[in-house]
Amino acid sequence: MTTVDNNLDKLAGHGHHDEGSYLTPKYGPIGTVWDWMTTVDHKKIGVMYMFAVLFMFFLGGFAAIALRIELLEPARIIDGELTGAALKYFPGGGGENASIASAGNAYNRIMTMHGAIMVFMFIVPGIPASLGNFFLPLMLGAKDVAFPRLNLASWYVYVFGSMFGVLSIFMGGVDTGWTFYTPYSTTTAGQPQVIAMVLAAFILGFSSIFTGLNFIVTTHKLRAPGMGWFDMPLFIWAIYSTSIIQVLATPVIGITLLLLIFERVLQIGIFDPGLGGDPVLFQHFFWFYSHPVVYVMILPAMGIISEVLAVHCRKRIFGYRAIAFSSLAIAAISFLVWGHHMFTSQGELGAMIFSFLTFFVAIPTAVKVFNWIATLYKGSITFTTPMLYTFAFLFLFSIGGLTGLPLGALSTDLHLHDSYFVVAHFHYVMFGGTVIALLAGLHHWWPKFFGRMYHENGARLGCLLVFVGFNVTFFTQFFLGTQGMPRRYASYVDEFQIYHVISSIGSFTLAFGFVVHLIVFLHSMFLGEKATQNPWGGLTLEWETDTPPIEHNFHGDPVLTHGPYDFDEVVPPGWDPKDYPLPEPAPEGSKH
Amino acid sequence: MATIDTQHSKLPGTGDEKVSYWQKYKHGHHWRNADDEFDAAKIGIWLFLATEVLLFSGMFCAYALFRLMYPESIAAGSSYLDWRWGGLNTVVLLISSFTMAMAIRNVQLNQQFWARINLLITFFCAAGFLAIKLIFEYIPKWGQGKRPGALFNYPFAETSHESVWWGIYYVSTGIHATHVIGGMVLIAWLLVRQHKRHFGPTHYTMMEGVGLYWHIVDLVWIFLFPLLYLVH
Repeated sequence: MTTVDNNLDKLAGHGHHDEGSYLTPKYGPIGTVWDWMTTVDHKKIGVMYMFAVLFMFFLGGFAAIALRIELLEPARIIDGELTGAALKYFPGGGGENASIASAGNAYNRIMTMHGAIMVFMFIVPGIPASLGNFFLPLMLGAKDVAFPRLNLASWYVYVFGSMFGVLSIFMGGVDTGWTFYTPYSTTTAGQPQVIAMVLAAFILGFSSIFTGLNFIVTTHKLRAPGMGWFDMPLFIWAIYSTSIIQVLATPVIGITLLLLIFERVLQIGIFDPGLGGDPVLFQHFFWFYSHPVVYVMILPAMGIISEVLAVHCRKRIFGYRAIAFSSLAIAAISFLVWGHHMFTSQGELGAMIFSFLTFFVAIPTAVKVFNWIATLYKGSITFTTPMLYTFAFLFLFSIGGLTGLPLGALSTDLHLHDSYFVVAHFHYVMFGGTVIALLAGLHHWWPKFFGRMYHENGARLGCLLVFVGFNVTFFTQFFLGTQGMPRRYASYVDEFQIYHVISSIGSFTLAFGFVVHLIVFLHSMFLGEKATQNPWGGLTLEWETDTPPIEHNFHGDPVLTHGPYDFDEVVPPGWDPKDYPLPEPAPEGSKH
Repeated sequence: MATIDTQHSKLPGTGDEKVSYWQKYKHGHHWRNADDEFDAAKIGIWLFLATEVLLFSGMFCAYALFRLMYPESIAAGSSYLDWRWGGLNTVVLLISSFTMAMAIRNVQLNQQFWARINLLITFFCAAGFLAIKLIFEYIPKWGQGKRPGALFNYPFAETSHESVWWGIYYVSTGIHATHVIGGMVLIAWLLVRQHKRHFGPTHYTMMEGVGLYWHIVDLVWIFLFPLLYLVH
């Protein structure tokens, strides 16, 4: 008979006979490592992405704490002695012979490291590549993503690109800020590491495109039988919208960064005004990618909130279609508002148009928030850690969104732009939105990931510390901004010190909260109690397989019998949906 | 794809040991059927083509902006290019696009010999394009000092920003040439797999994908040629 060759065997052969957990090692230690390194299983790739991304979060967070330590005290020369320059021992800081300029230099490099790592290596791939990779096929009832090998390639490209980023830090660091604005980034002296960092962002773009392309095709072609577009969980809608942005926006940053490298190496004169180029063209190119990418960061977070909220208050999500379409609307509008990052570097008419368009984003975003609030009404709310993080999200993200309005209005933005108000605003959206939602999702799906429960009260303590620490850190910065503290500065006038001290203390609390979470996760991995198949009583397909999922995801082909939020129809009164499997669905029309 | 008649091919399980890869190819384990797998691959390729269009659109934006800013420099730069070499290369690429499409058709009809001939012609057209570009355009111009940015030292420049023009010229045609080289690698890979009888009427996904990619490479040149060579 014909034998299938190895190439096909990789895709077609595994599973079927082996129905163990995807975590169960099948080979010896070296074989297992090799198995993970060459795996095409979306679950393993998701877990590898999760560890890589969280490691980058740790690096970026380390930089953030270093910045907050520097800002505890303004750098001053008192009696010929330099004080308040905590970063002078970092690369470029000058060490014992430090001056204010050299200490500021170290600050700029660490600030760039924080921004570039957090944006390109943590928050953009963060949710889609880790939770998305693991749960998108499971929620669709698929055995894998559409292109499993492309998925693995995406992880390797991510690691390769991140290595360039880390390399640029070891080469001495970059001081351009994560936006690489020209002409500074093309002329700043003697820095091959600028090229390394720009190349890192360029390479990471490929991994982003690979992931996005894979998810779009998977959503189109691999839904379980019976699953129409409006039977998909809202997390899938969010990831799908995210993927569209990733595929359509990332190539533009690709060409931009390529031109930036050519500009730096050959001085081709496209961006450098000294050679006849146009630096505003760089800003347009850069933000044409980087604004839509803000929604790559927040849309998956919104998807997580839709899932967690519905499951942890056991209620059909309010306005399913409104939430689904608002994801697509955000993706579409995201391409029309890039000019609000450069109000002062374009004509007045352009600024007015972009300001006007910017307010449109508020509409679908508010649609989501109101629908989530409406879902809570009369729900059976449980105060588990994922739900607590969901409340934190609603609170923090609303502040983040509402403080965007004065920044979108031209008259107020003139005073607030490039101040700490902007810093506070985008941290409320990026941290208060995305990271908080990532934590909600991590706790919600943690049992499915590793088959063990986490310590609920430990995680609640972590949540409290993160919430309080975050607000103390960044709410203070709204005051700093409105009083005139510009962003990106290593030092400041004495009047601001009290705010900076409060903000720094908040950041230490925040970091302590993450240490608590780390301990809870490690404790869970080794000592946590075994998780049941469906610990929260969710109705999406990932809860219908074993915990942790078997290598082939499902026993047999999953068939959709109920919608993702049909708690009223599927779960009889008095029945705890955690007691899986549920009884046969109630007959048509018998709503409770 | 599965609808194409395969009766003239030897089918698997007939005891014939010369059953080809494409005949026994089922589909990836995570697919329900081969049609879904093929459709998915096509959606994936089209999305990839969208990213290619957006990549080059950045270049076209830069071109448009600099045309507005320095029309006389762009016109002067354009006049240095010989439309005949550009035109010849356009013809070469158009022929290669045709033979690529023919190769896919040949595979669909299981005409393996002609598929190979057409792939070979496509490959050599791609090589010819690069050779013409290099020997008759890049090398002479570089030698005259018509170079991008800081390397520019053409002594007879009449307008102020010709170095920017050469920057745009070299970067846009260079990125395009990189895509041509990528295409050659892919076509060579197709030739190897075609030689091993990997493609046939029921399985030609890779051929189709590389074909679509090759057409977009052709299409980008169709836009670059008039913008760089013909518009004054």
